[in-house]
Amino acid sequence: MRNLGIAAVSAALLLALTYLLDPFRDYQLATAAAYLCAAAGLTVLIGVNGQLSLGHGALMAFGAYPVALVQNELADRGVSAQWTLAVSVLAGVAAATALGAVVGVAAARLHGPYLAGLTLVVAVAVPSLATLFGGVLHGDQGLSVYLLPPPAALGPDFPFERWQAWLALAAAVLTMLLLANLMRSRFGRTLRAVRDDEVAARLAGIPVARTRVLAFVVSAACAGLSGAMFAILAQSVSPSAFALTLSLNLLLAVVVGGLGSLAGAVWGSLLLVLLPWLVDTFTADLTLSPDLRQRLAGNLPLAIFGLLLVVVMIAAPGGVQGLLKGVLKHVPQVLAPAVRGRRRSAGGLDDRLQR
Amino acid sequence: MLSGIGVRFGGLVALDDVSLQVPDDTVVGIIGPNGAGKTTLFNVVCGFVRPQAGSMSWQGAPLRPKPQRLARLGIARTLQGDGLFAGLTVLENVMVGATRFARAGFGQGLLGLPGSARDERALREQALACLDQLGMADQADRMPGSLPYPLRKRVGLARALVSRPKLLLLDEPAGGLGGEDVDELAALIRGLPGQGCAVLLVEHHMDLVMQVSEHIVVLDFGRVIAAGPPDKIRDDPAVAEAYLGTEAGEASVSQP
Repeated sequence: MRNLGIAAVSAALLLALTYLLDPFRDYQLATAAAYLCAAAGLTVLIGVNGQLSLGHGALMAFGAYPVALVQNELADRGVSAQWTLAVSVLAGVAAATALGAVVGVAAARLHGPYLAGLTLVVAVAVPSLATLFGGVLHGDQGLSVYLLPPPAALGPDFPFERWQAWLALAAAVLTMLLLANLMRSRFGRTLRAVRDDEVAARLAGIPVARTRVLAFVVSAACAGLSGAMFAILAQSVSPSAFALTLSLNLLLAVVVGGLGSLAGAVWGSLLLVLLPWLVDTFTADLTLSPDLRQRLAGNLPLAIFGLLLVVVMIAAPGGVQGLLKGVLKHVPQVLAPAVRGRRRSAGGLDDRLQR
Repeated sequence: MLSGIGVRFGGLVALDDVSLQVPDDTVVGIIGPNGAGKTTLFNVVCGFVRPQAGSMSWQGAPLRPKPQRLARLGIARTLQGDGLFAGLTVLENVMVGATRFARAGFGQGLLGLPGSARDERALREQALACLDQLGMADQADRMPGSLPYPLRKRVGLARALVSRPKLLLLDEPAGGLGGEDVDELAALIRGLPGQGCAVLLVEHHMDLVMQVSEHIVVLDFGRVIAAGPPDKIRDDPAVAEAYLGTEAGEASVSQP
């Protein structure tokens, strides 16, 4: 219930925000929201349940391709309405969830580097499916996604980017709401218990293997929704959009944001969008030789992100969210002596008056 | 309830034709030197190890245990060390132990339905009541890592007791405890049969076992070498030999 309130308030604030931002910013916001769906699911899997996945990019691809296929197929048959989008997105989520269940069953038997290896294989193998089934998926070239303009009720001048932002934000808020509910429920505690001690969890009556599979499935559904949103944002899907770097970026985002914390996933997703843009803006102001500029383009953000990860691991293992929590915890302690001091001086005054 | 249990790991015989019974509302102690097979026996009862021979029964029905089903059968076990969930508070640790009373499912939790919240409240109350019985209610929100070791052991005990077991398997509950803590533990264990909970106790701390057990089984190299009431075990020459390795002087055993 409390979560529902927070979700409603943040949805209203975000809605207002989309009106304040220009289309480019709206698109950035939409991208961050789409990342957030996957990052939130990943942080639950890695941080709360202790299962590493390097393959979430592949799960996102499974969420994205059905959107393209269903949208285009329905459009070909002359079915063209806004509701088809819901069907397509659900198809994407379902496909990713199914893949997640398969990977999850295998993952439930593996730990540590073996699990990392398995999910890495998934991340590398899935994009090549596009070539394998080139007839339908059009190989490296990918598919375009048929989308209708925003509903006419929103007015003729309604920017398409704002419409995209609405869709992605709705997906992100829904994801966060459901995951926050889960974390507050018994399931959240069960996930953490399984992470901390499998033997003790089994003795307490927790079906450990099923719990781990379920965690993977939940996380995969989130990744699928995220992938579906990326299909809508880019209006196209291609293997290069879901390469291994995407999986690694997500991992970076949840670690830098603060592993195991949904709020941390928000910081991480914002960082994924803002960092490349900040770096671009910054280097644009520098006078660089064209050669150097070309070499830096696209690579510098990656390098900075990697560096950031190392720094975070050393200096603040709790990530951004851990830092914020620490600061908030210290605020009362910093203020407390001042308050206490004032009280003491007041007490002294009382004493003197009594005398 | 155990009869003719045999376990081998490769060529090593861990348990050989072990039979024992825990009658309702009694405390049965298992002792034996290191490597005698005490913990293996527990692992057999819990389903972590499948015996190659023998059979088990529980409340009149054959028992083919799986660890995650045990709590529902009314069997709980504590672990050596503390075995706590380090990332959960004391209260949450105990709430996990109460899992078998949980009603709300995954879907209710996902949608944040009132049923889920009600269920959580009920579990929380049960766990708090259990902690209160052990005098730990005021530690409920602390992390296990911040507690002294004896208190951590007690949280582990609370986690097992909160499932209201009919049989409690205690694996070295006195390990690392000081004299006073052991006395408290002994009082607690003796009180359990009165609450309808039988106890099977594996322990090195001889005083404790002799104090609380009505029946003692002595294992050595996977075999039962003696069984009976504490007084008989105390004077059994075979037990002394197993512990001391030579023909024993009686004095050294009767003064454990």
